[in-house]
Amino acid sequence: MSAVLLHEAVGSVHAAIATDVIDFDSHRLFSNFWALTVEGLSYGAIYALVAVGYTLVYGVLRLINFAHSEIFMLGMFGQYAVLWGMGFLPRGNAYDEGIALTVMYIGIAMLGGMLVSGGAAVGLERVAYRPLRKRGAPSLTFLITAIGASFVLQEFVHFVLPLLTDHKFGGLNAQQPIRLVQETTVFTFFGADVTNVDLVIVVAALVLAFAVDRFVNATKFGRGIRAVAQDPVTATLMGVSRERIIMLTFLVGGLLAGAAATLYTLKIPNAVIYSGGFILGIKAFAAAVLGGIGNLRGALLGGLLLGVMELYGQAYFGPQWRDVVAFVVLVLVLLVRPTGILGESLGRARA
Amino acid sequence: MTTTTASVPAGKNRPYSGTGDRLRLWWDAQARPTQWLIGVPFIVFIAFLPVLRIPVLTTVGTDFGGVMAQFGMIALVAIGLNVVVGSAGLLDLGYVGFYAIGAYTVALLTSPDSPWNLTDQWLSQRWAWLFCVPIAIAITAISGLILGSPTLRLRGDYLAIVTLGFGEIVRLLADNLTTITQGGRGLQGVAFPYFGGTDKNPDGVFSAGNSDAPWNSGLWWFWLSIVLIVIVLLVVGNLERSRVGRAWIAIREDEDAAEIMGVPTFKFKLWAFMIGAAIGGLSGALYAGQVQFVVPTNFNVINSMFFLCAVVLGGQGNKLGVILGAFIIVYLPNFFQGRTSLFGIPIDGNDIAGYKYLFFGIALIVLMIFRPQGLFPARQKLLAYSRGLYQAARRAALGGDRATSAAAVLADGPADASSDVPGAGTKDGGDR
Repeated sequence: MSAVLLHEAVGSVHAAIATDVIDFDSHRLFSNFWALTVEGLSYGAIYALVAVGYTLVYGVLRLINFAHSEIFMLGMFGQYAVLWGMGFLPRGNAYDEGIALTVMYIGIAMLGGMLVSGGAAVGLERVAYRPLRKRGAPSLTFLITAIGASFVLQEFVHFVLPLLTDHKFGGLNAQQPIRLVQETTVFTFFGADVTNVDLVIVVAALVLAFAVDRFVNATKFGRGIRAVAQDPVTATLMGVSRERIIMLTFLVGGLLAGAAATLYTLKIPNAVIYSGGFILGIKAFAAAVLGGIGNLRGALLGGLLLGVMELYGQAYFGPQWRDVVAFVVLVLVLLVRPTGILGESLGRARA
Repeated sequence: MTTTTASVPAGKNRPYSGTGDRLRLWWDAQARPTQWLIGVPFIVFIAFLPVLRIPVLTTVGTDFGGVMAQFGMIALVAIGLNVVVGSAGLLDLGYVGFYAIGAYTVALLTSPDSPWNLTDQWLSQRWAWLFCVPIAIAITAISGLILGSPTLRLRGDYLAIVTLGFGEIVRLLADNLTTITQGGRGLQGVAFPYFGGTDKNPDGVFSAGNSDAPWNSGLWWFWLSIVLIVIVLLVVGNLERSRVGRAWIAIREDEDAAEIMGVPTFKFKLWAFMIGAAIGGLSGALYAGQVQFVVPTNFNVINSMFFLCAVVLGGQGNKLGVILGAFIIVYLPNFFQGRTSLFGIPIDGNDIAGYKYLFFGIALIVLMIFRPQGLFPARQKLLAYSRGLYQAARRAALGGDRATSAAAVLADGPADASSDVPGAGTKDGGDR
């Protein structure tokens, strides 16, 4: 009897899923293909910048810096506070300062966000991870510390920051948005509207990605990072200060997270909230794994791919499935190619 | 850089020297009947804590019985997660997913809001919960198998992130499959066991409507969870002392070495995953029955971290330790909730309780630096040896000076396995 009922139940699931819950709308996907691609690339660029932070730290320390999402979140608050400090108060409409001034203000805000994130990342390394390294703790210990740090940073913004800033920043609710740019279409591309915000995000992300790629692959510091990633003991013997390299790695990751945070708030102005980094952080980590964790260019590629695929999935299955698509893509890639698309090694990622 | 032994606290050459170790050695040396003779009254005492209402211990803001019921559920979760994280060394950040599957299985089969409700067809409301618990356990175990069989081939760090994704996917499914789970509205009227119905409590003592303190529903659920905890502890304890448990520890300490020594690592990892999942599902079923209402927001990923907190705080690998860890994380916030003074000192208890994640985060960081093995660490035991050895060790520890302590006796064994290796997470702890 129960088997029959169960069978009926299973039948009703299929019916329910096919009709209401998942859309399977291929028309929506193909008719908006280029629009989705543009939108996906602009999200993907942000994922890519955050993913660099995960991948560099993983490459050097073999550590999933779980608190990196909170570094990103602090960057959002950092740039928000800088905008506030420059006299922009939250209001319903976007400010209209002209192109040159707007770009300058965004640049200043971005610098502020980068400084906050970079400082927080280095501070986190100092306070939480360095003592563990000194004690030679196992990797599980590092990961649990990272989770603890993630809690602390979130709850700091949730509870402590409002007390410190006279309830201007932080707290339970998202910050009132400060919009510097009104999102307008600049040109169309195969029928897809490319907005000024998309353009700024993608261009800024490409510039930063290029800069960090040059930094890691062509400077003395970058050589140090690659050396430590490849073989910490030999690198130390060759005169590379491992501690300094680790600090530098956290700094670079934090700076990029701060920049990504500024770009993200351009796209979604009301995202500035204490819990706003968590899901994005997981997705950025998924992007890093997708491209091959520890591999700088892999992180950039993985970020863009994840952003685009997420949007395609969202169009095909329905908007509520967006996050599910991101995680399923991660799992599937790991099953087929556990080292990611471009392979793992930061040290060898020179091609 | 340094090896794991660097993290072993001072006293490496003096195993079994702390107070806790003495207690443990004494306990291990007792015969089984003696252990039961001491254990049962102790458990009964704990069970009657919510009835006794000891002044300072009793929570103020929330009902003590309810707090203890919650503790019972989290303790079950911690025991299950401890099998995965503590014994087998697999970091599972999506454990809340199994908890959710267990809770939703019961809810979907018994809630009037669900399309698969069986209680209006042939299943009596009185027996529905009991009928659904084994189904919930089986389904979570199968979901553990489904999640584990592809992902357990991955390395540890990837496993952590994939399980995190799994936990989030389960919650999103519950949120999005609105035709089945009602999405964010949740499923109401989940069945609960029927027992001891009176005129005043027509639905029995387990009903949420039973609020005659101190014999309210929370107390009864606490008692039910104690029974289940004891059963689960017996099962898990026997597993740990068997070939399975030895395989888990071998995998945790060094997976490659274990594989080479002939341990089918994948198979035993999968077993750990499934058993852990099944216990999580059992706890989820308890939860669904107790609150009679499930909603996706109760299964946020942050709960996974909370569960992990219990295991890490208590001491990974020590199944009694993690119960104490669960007690700490459930009881402490509730202890402060609604309290305005403590020993005459005025405090704002609600604020302190609200900051719980901040304090747990700080506690995790500090603990990992100064006591990574947890508050009640597991000790490496000579799993293959009989109780007689522990009795011999106890005699030596009592009778002799430090030099002929337990270690000396244990060292007579074939292997020098008595060294004081912290049980927790020493896997790939070498070069980093």
